[in-house]
Amino acid sequence: MRGLRLSPGMAPYVLLSPFLLLFAVFGLFPLLFSLYLAFQVWEPTDGLAAMHFVGLDNFRFALGDAWFWKSLRNTVWMALASGIPQHAVAIPLACFLQAAFRQRWRDLMIGAFFLPYITSTVAIAIMFSSLFSTDFGLVNLGLATLHGLPGLSWLTPDHPIDWLGRPENIKPAISLIVFWRYVGFNMVLYLAALQTIPADLYEAAAMDGASHLQQFRHITLPSLRPMIYFAVTLSVIGGLQLFEEPFILTGGRGGSDQAGMSTAIYLYRMAFDFNDFGAASAMSWLLFFMVAGLTWLTNRALRPQGPAQ
Amino acid sequence: MAARRRDPARGAVLQVLAGGLVFVLGWGAMVAEARDTLVVAAFPAVDAIVQEALPAWHARHPDVDIKVVSRQFADHHTAMTTALSTASYLPDLMALEVGYVGRFARGHGLENLAAPPYAAMALADRFVPYAFHQGMGPEGNLAALPSDIGPGTLLYRNDLLSKAGVAPAELTRSWESYIAAGTRIKARTGSYLMANARDIKDILIRTDLAAGEGLYFDRDSRVLVQSPRFERAFELARQVRSGKLDARVSSWSNDWSEGFRRGTIATQMSGAWLAGHLANWLAPETRGLWRAAPLPGGAAVAFGGTFFAIPRGISASHKVLAWELVQMLTLDRDLQLQAFRMHDAFPALLAAQQDPFFDAPLPFLGGQPARQLWRQLALRVSAVEVHKQDAFAEEVINTELDKVLDQGKDIRVALADAATLLQGRARR
Repeated sequence: MRGLRLSPGMAPYVLLSPFLLLFAVFGLFPLLFSLYLAFQVWEPTDGLAAMHFVGLDNFRFALGDAWFWKSLRNTVWMALASGIPQHAVAIPLACFLQAAFRQRWRDLMIGAFFLPYITSTVAIAIMFSSLFSTDFGLVNLGLATLHGLPGLSWLTPDHPIDWLGRPENIKPAISLIVFWRYVGFNMVLYLAALQTIPADLYEAAAMDGASHLQQFRHITLPSLRPMIYFAVTLSVIGGLQLFEEPFILTGGRGGSDQAGMSTAIYLYRMAFDFNDFGAASAMSWLLFFMVAGLTWLTNRALRPQGPAQ
Repeated sequence: MAARRRDPARGAVLQVLAGGLVFVLGWGAMVAEARDTLVVAAFPAVDAIVQEALPAWHARHPDVDIKVVSRQFADHHTAMTTALSTASYLPDLMALEVGYVGRFARGHGLENLAAPPYAAMALADRFVPYAFHQGMGPEGNLAALPSDIGPGTLLYRNDLLSKAGVAPAELTRSWESYIAAGTRIKARTGSYLMANARDIKDILIRTDLAAGEGLYFDRDSRVLVQSPRFERAFELARQVRSGKLDARVSSWSNDWSEGFRRGTIATQMSGAWLAGHLANWLAPETRGLWRAAPLPGGAAVAFGGTFFAIPRGISASHKVLAWELVQMLTLDRDLQLQAFRMHDAFPALLAAQQDPFFDAPLPFLGGQPARQLWRQLALRVSAVEVHKQDAFAEEVINTELDKVLDQGKDIRVALADAATLLQGRARR
């Protein structure tokens, strides 16, 4: 029996091995394989032996490809349009919930806002595609009803909007869904951070005659900074890898004029629709460098400062 | 000691039972060793068609089981690409949609059915000509045999035509008269002529191809989109859009099927199989209101079609069995008809098209014997050369068409822009 006993030195590795094994198979191997593929040209249906080394050709092609840049512009557009409002809304919302509700009601509200985050993306996309339907969707029905009300007709369109068919509407529609989906998640993060701010800071400020706005500006925001850094980093990474929502809403193609085609969708299509695994891998590595660069910039801009000297 | 004494009769029964058990087990093991399983990868409804062919298969091969692995359409083709690329988990037989056959035929992952022992070129005259040739690759190889086809037809709402005072012949005489009829239909009934102006472009770029021309590229990868064929296709699509004659919905969307149900779409150009989908689930309540006609202006194109192919990487004994199964699925008149009856899979096999079933009236089409028409139309379709970048080119052309239709972009400029993008990829 003694031979079967784990030595203290080995135990962590043995206990970690299921994860390490799965990571090696489903994480590390694909990563290295795509790096290898990025330097090859390959007709996939010919089998693995059909790869030819082409050096940096795939990277050159990707950087010169008009659609790659188009997909990057789309991605940045949607990341900003869905990301900035997420935080601009989540922070005040968290403060409001913190101030206006007692524990039980607050939990209920948090649950309601958090629900979209844990709902399947496919279900969400299918629901929104019927909401956004041009002729039979609730969104247009609501707009048409508003248009009929006195005083509102100048604000609302007089004809049904083709939300998912016209290039100029696709990005806003997708951004709205992504915003709706993640605002609750961010709110939960900020609410958790708010609860760690000591109440006596606010009491002291109130004694000194600080208004609510001043308290928010000089106590709440600075105290939230570490959480803002964390949440914005998640949004940057998530936003640049945007895939599921636009993929399902545009039928996997990116929509008219590829207006909803994020870089992640484009490189997926390069591989599986256009049969060019080499270029797709090169693009995925270029995207990775961009995500890494932007994450570093976020880090520089928002990282909590060290203790004041 | 009493416990050790045995009842002789009971002992004999036990012995027989034990012997029987040993025999059954041994026999079972022998059978299990002899039993072979052929794996067929397919997508709906081809999976059901293969399943329904199993009784016929087992009559011939009681010792060979068939396992059908079914995936959704796109997943299936992605899985086949992956299986071929890694040569692992290859099925013994794969169903392929026409759009993928040309792509796969360019590689070398599939058996060449033109070579011995298959020598399937001798079977060419048993199939609808275009369907057979669509299975061929650029090196004269035959990658797959056709099972079902989609002869292009114009389905129209007879009731809306009567209401608008439009004769069916006006829809089909020429593209110009089709659009003119659409203007009257829109004015008098409020219904759109078609679901999407893009449908017109899709058909017109597939008509009047010169020999050796593909849709977007020729054999030497020269880009063909700056040609009268594309200019006319774009021009007519623009007429439809500017006349507000299309509902601007895409195929298979909710708005599309809702348009059929509510009668806001008066005509639809598609494969003959669409009549079956309309009757079964898209708009069953419009039964009797539809009719079928040839495409306008004598255009003859195909929409979809299924093929069967054998991967190169499987064992020799399975290749023999798989080839037998391919022949059953594609050359057996009764099975082809059964698939047509149950799944609207229009037979690619000419012999199957001679059945009296083709003369039967279709209740959904107001009793019209439309299968006769589709049978003729299928013979007029010609095979189109496939290029590696066709999927990308289709996307680029659709994008430029959208810009022409929605943003008023000049057609020649749009096609020139498309050509620039395609030239960058033609030889990748």
